[in-house]
Amino acid sequence: MQDGVKKFMYVNRRAPYGTVYALEGLEVILIGAAFDQYVSVAFIDDGVFQLKTGQDTGDSDMKNFSPTYRALGDYDVTKLYVEEESLQERGLTRDDLLDLTYEDEDDDYKEKSSIHIVSRAEMAELLEQQDVILNF
Amino acid sequence: MSFQISDKTYETDEEGYLANLSDWNPEVAEFMAKEDDCDLSDPHWEVINFLREYYEEYQIAPAVRVLTKAIGKKLGKDKGNSKYLYELFPYGPAKQACKYAGLPKPTGCV
Repeated sequence: MQDGVKKFMYVNRRAPYGTVYALEGLEVILIGAAFDQYVSVAFIDDGVFQLKTGQDTGDSDMKNFSPTYRALGDYDVTKLYVEEESLQERGLTRDDLLDLTYEDEDDDYKEKSSIHIVSRAEMAELLEQQDVILNF
Repeated sequence: MSFQISDKTYETDEEGYLANLSDWNPEVAEFMAKEDDCDLSDPHWEVINFLREYYEEYQIAPAVRVLTKAIGKKLGKDKGNSKYLYELFPYGPAKQACKYAGLPKPTGCV
């Protein structure tokens, strides 16, 4: 890895609404993307709800910011790890999640999925590999 | 802060960005541009309209490098570069164009 480049992982463990953590976390990811670090994002526990399709905040005072996750690819944030057990425990599958993609510049701008479903054990390994972990 | 066009008052934040997205209309952009001594031409509108569409789709105002890349993809390489965009919007394409487009200050802009 290049000098000065660290592995950053943003860990999301909370539901998207009710608290401001998810939205703030997403904004930090977008701002941090300007610094050319090696960035990945983890969705664990209730954090997996952040990627749920069909979010409707009409009855709350919060803006539905789920469309913004689709901009992550434009910001070169292309590694989104979702914990499989967390999905299962909440009765969710991959089909319940937003279809998030990026264009791979090194592969003729082919559109690829940013979402990787990983097991709890794999997630633990990923966490182990990071230089910096930011929890939201 | 606020400004007035005809009889209507528009609220802004301390940097002049429109407080309520839904207040926007083309007159607002013309007014803000005039304040900056900038005449809005078709190329300006192309960027402003692009930003409004981007916001509609993603609910954020893109950072300048993301805007540059996305413009290049949508409007062609000759427009998707900093030189072209800075000539149109000398105060910074993302910041200035977002302001005229009635969007908040771009996420990732300081």
